[in-house]
Amino acid sequence: MIAIIDYGVGNLFSLRSSFAAIGQEAVVTNNIEEIRRADRLLLPGVGAFQDAAEKLRASGMDKAVTEEAAKGKPLLGVCLGMQMLFEKSYEYGVHEGLGLLRGEIRPIEERIPGGLKIPQMGWNGLKIVKESPLLKYTREGDYVYFVHSYSAVNCEESLLAVTEYGAELTACVGKGNVFGCQFHPEKSGEVGLRILKAFCETEGMA
Amino acid sequence: MITKRIIPCLDVKDGRVVKGVNFQKLGDVASPVELAKYYSGNGADELVFYDITASAEGRALFTDILTETARTVFIPLTVGGGINTTDDFDRVLKCGADKVSVNSGAIRDPSLVGKAAKLYGDQCVVLSVDVKRVDGVFRIFAKGGRENTGMEAIEWVRRCVGEGAGEVVVNSMDTDGVKQGFDLELLEKVCDAVRVPVIASGGAGCIRDFITLFNTLPGVDAGLAASIFHFGEVAINDLKAEMKRNGIPARIV
Repeated sequence: MIAIIDYGVGNLFSLRSSFAAIGQEAVVTNNIEEIRRADRLLLPGVGAFQDAAEKLRASGMDKAVTEEAAKGKPLLGVCLGMQMLFEKSYEYGVHEGLGLLRGEIRPIEERIPGGLKIPQMGWNGLKIVKESPLLKYTREGDYVYFVHSYSAVNCEESLLAVTEYGAELTACVGKGNVFGCQFHPEKSGEVGLRILKAFCETEGMA
Repeated sequence: MITKRIIPCLDVKDGRVVKGVNFQKLGDVASPVELAKYYSGNGADELVFYDITASAEGRALFTDILTETARTVFIPLTVGGGINTTDDFDRVLKCGADKVSVNSGAIRDPSLVGKAAKLYGDQCVVLSVDVKRVDGVFRIFAKGGRENTGMEAIEWVRRCVGEGAGEVVVNSMDTDGVKQGFDLELLEKVCDAVRVPVIASGGAGCIRDFITLFNTLPGVDAGLAASIFHFGEVAINDLKAEMKRNGIPARIV
């Protein structure tokens, strides 16, 4: 069973539906016991980093997530949920993340030429940097759906795939049992469903 | 490279797709769920559901359909029609919409865009405008194009984007239904005025019109149309292939 962590940000309907579409049972939950019992965790998120990080901490679920991840339970962060896996974010100030992956979140504006729109909104191709169980069904150039104004940098250690938007932006990360997608797999058609399926087949590190 | 998006728009009334649909391959051509599945499997990058129901029953039926669609279709879904309050945002977002499009609702209550953007994020708020030339000036029309608000179009778009609209759908009433191509003059003005994604609507009659649109105005991010897709005059996959041949980035599925 997959626990989709509900800390009051974002729309979790599509995530739950997409797991259902690949035959996986998922619950949307804010119950710490349920998070402890789940086989896998999904950390979603849209909106502002600070607000989301504060909500996650206030709920006490941040601790459950980091502890379960440390025990080896597979964890996938999506969009802002992926950004929260890193050490810190420079979105309106400096804010602490969960620190499960090495790296930080910076505005894409710093790295891409002027004239390109921010946020990056739409379908862009994946360039695979490193093989990973998360991408076992993904091919080079597969298109996925992005909506973001910030992206992870200094994360070479976990970098799995990038996307070209004026610069190479972090698209997919993974180290051990901790994975993240900057794009929305639940909105990326068959390609996205295959990534979720691969996540459901990853081995824990217990 | 980020691709140019192709977006079919479905007008839904009392649970059925209106404006006519003519597909050989579909059993129930007026079922929004079936049509959404078909488009999703045949190259659409995103879908717009436009609720043109007036009654409360129709509205409930619409949200049922939305839920069912979001359960089976995994591409971005924008919902418009009858969005007047943040409660309306809430209602459709809970049913699986990713973005919500406001038009007359924002004209009636100009604070709506800002309030919704604060609650759900800019990326969720799509400003939709119906624009028509009146004595050589682009004006905003309300109520499905029936009422001239007197507002100058570019200024209105700029203002709403300033309030937090994350995307703009520009529907030209002058070119809509004429099938002679998009309104490039209007679209260029909007692209120059804002830095958020711009979606062109109104006037597409053939594949060539999309090629001209994207080649002429690199600032346009997406093309939206309804009947030419519904009647099979343009197959989205053929359109995408032609875009690629013309050097326009397109997602081929």
